[in-house]
Amino acid sequence: MKRCADVVIIGAGVTGAALAYELAKRGIRDVVILERRFPCSGATGRCGGGIRQQFTTPHNIRLAMESVKRYETLSEELGVDIEFIQGGYLILAETEEEREAQRKAVALQNELGLPSRLLSPEEALDVLPLLDASTITGATYCPTDGHANPFRVVEGFLAQARRMGVMVEKFTAVTGLVVERGRIVRVHTSSGKISPGAVVNAAGAWSVEIARMAGVELPNVPVRHEIAITEPVEFFMDVMVISIHNGIYFSQTKEGQIIGGIGFPDEKPGYVISSSLRFLRVYARELTRYVPALGQLAVLRQWAGLYDVTPDAQPVLGPTPGVENFIQANGYSGHGFMIAPAVAKHLADYIEKGIRSEILEKLSIERFKEEIRGEAFVVG
Amino acid sequence: MNRHASSVTRHGTWDDPIVCRCEEVTVSQVVRAIREGYDTLEELKRHLRVGMGPCQGRTCLPLLARILSRETGRPLGEVMEEVSIRPPLVPVPFELWRGR
Repeated sequence: MKRCADVVIIGAGVTGAALAYELAKRGIRDVVILERRFPCSGATGRCGGGIRQQFTTPHNIRLAMESVKRYETLSEELGVDIEFIQGGYLILAETEEEREAQRKAVALQNELGLPSRLLSPEEALDVLPLLDASTITGATYCPTDGHANPFRVVEGFLAQARRMGVMVEKFTAVTGLVVERGRIVRVHTSSGKISPGAVVNAAGAWSVEIARMAGVELPNVPVRHEIAITEPVEFFMDVMVISIHNGIYFSQTKEGQIIGGIGFPDEKPGYVISSSLRFLRVYARELTRYVPALGQLAVLRQWAGLYDVTPDAQPVLGPTPGVENFIQANGYSGHGFMIAPAVAKHLADYIEKGIRSEILEKLSIERFKEEIRGEAFVVG
Repeated sequence: MNRHASSVTRHGTWDDPIVCRCEEVTVSQVVRAIREGYDTLEELKRHLRVGMGPCQGRTCLPLLARILSRETGRPLGEVMEEVSIRPPLVPVPFELWRGR
């Protein structure tokens, strides 16, 4: 392993991979990614692959819109089919309060230039003919949302990054960070030491532990989310569906499998990612309530991953007060895959030119000193 | 909604047989991936989709493990130990999970 590097990125998920590629493209090629297991072994490789712009905070909406622009041309740019299916997101509501929240969300989204709109149950049926429209009071739809294959995205970023000189050290765990006079001067790993120019903390749910090694406290907590995939069937839905009523999400992959999951509000924070029977029962019940025809479809496999959740469900991005070369890129709260390409641009602007964009200012770790107003739609 | 017929779209050859029938991946594809650096079963699964079809690796994982062990010189047991097995092991329809 190298003895020193301009930038050391901790974590080879979508954030680390996208950032390494972005830096290399701009000529910053002395970059090392340290990965405790292997690329995509954490939340990225366990996620549903959704790419949604219909959020409820301006920062999440802006980042997601910038990201979709990148995803639209990414297959061509990376020379890998990332299986981006831009079939929109249909967000279901079941009560009048949820409908009201959707009206507010769409108003804000439209103000920022997002072409989302409110749909009646009948109009939702046009988007997804197999939907049982009697279950909902309405929906919102944004045709430019979509989903992609996280493995192909990370492979694509890493292949191009490596080609330009980035080193990816897998099965290499960070064991300590040495801070002297307000800078990280050394990164200790399971296979040696590196002197870094800058250190990027993109370790997902383990970012809290990494930050603590530098004496920095993040407010993030790890929360398990379970997910399942079915056998493949003929392609019948290009739209990704979520519900703000119960937090379910599901979409159909390019191969025809239905991938989806549902969160539990009572899930206790922790690092255990075992699979539960409760999840399959609740997911099966809610999924087939919305789309009864899916009842005959067989589940092939279930697994779980960790959301890295912040108090306002928005990421922690940018430099860290007190440790000047320590850059945070975590706390995605379940939305990292959606916004990683945009985050990579903002962080690369900072690393390359010292430019701190408005988004980096607003999503800095410093905000947790103030009153918190968070993202309301924390779903896939 | 139609199930994909279990149609074979690709055949192996005597020199390069299919190792994962569900995803129709051949031995040479596996060997190439290992040499590209996908040198654990978990990485091979994610890269080639081997073991992720309806059989859930029951047919192909032992074969893959053997190829991986041969290519990397690591013991078969060690290679096998690194792979995670995910429920429900055999395909089970949603209507059975849901109950009623």
